[in-house]
Amino acid sequence: MRVIEPWVAEPLQRFLAESSARVVLLTTASGQVVAQHGFTRALDVMSASALGAAIMASTEELGRLTASGASRSLSHQGSSRGLFLSAFDLPQGRWIGLVVYDRDSSLGLVRLFFDQLVAQLQQAAPTESPAREVLAADFENELNASLRSLFGR
Amino acid sequence: MSTDIAGSLESVTRVRGVRGAMVVSAEEGLVVAESSMEGIDGGAVAALTAGVVARLARATDGAGRSAPAFVHLRADAGAILAVPAPGDLLVVAVTDPEINVGLVRLELRHAAERLA
Repeated sequence: MRVIEPWVAEPLQRFLAESSARVVLLTTASGQVVAQHGFTRALDVMSASALGAAIMASTEELGRLTASGASRSLSHQGSSRGLFLSAFDLPQGRWIGLVVYDRDSSLGLVRLFFDQLVAQLQQAAPTESPAREVLAADFENELNASLRSLFGR
Repeated sequence: MSTDIAGSLESVTRVRGVRGAMVVSAEEGLVVAESSMEGIDGGAVAALTAGVVARLARATDGAGRSAPAFVHLRADAGAILAVPAPGDLLVVAVTDPEINVGLVRLELRHAAERLA
């Protein structure tokens, strides 16, 4: 497990232990990586964070278009692995969690413990660093800095 | 909730000491239907019970035995009883500590048969 924000480590470690998830990625809504577990290549993290952010943005817009309300989470069940994607709000802004699980876990367990993870992150989050707008000019630099921290390169 | 599933669950919750009953998808650990679950986090019970039953099934499979036909988890404040049902489902009862386990098991099995 690698984290950019130290206060994320303990709740995320607990989530991993309880849910038996294989892969976890926490990013900001703009795709900036905050923490990851299970990825071995920076390129995979970069792709997954960008795709996760895009999927959540698309489903939220779809929810607005169909007047069904903004979607908070979605799941996909593959033949051997499942994918759970959920957005949640912290004082730092909207974050996205991407979880991959296999037959050692289930959608129910991932949802249950992810809700607990969000509650613990909301309690642990420092309030003195409010959400700030991510500028396109800063995005790539911040993404690269995050990936260097996560993979030690 | 379909009338048939509702009727099956009500026959379980009619037993003295049963606080609630539910049908759970075994693979996903999600609630399919529930009855009389006031004050109980049905989603949590479904996820955790399905997880325990799946692990027990793997353990018995590893030991060369068939999957459990009945699971009884006892705690100080109550118990959870689960019976597999056709269609990769579980019928689950949440009970007080002192119950007629045999009767609850019978009603759970009847409920599971009605889901076939």
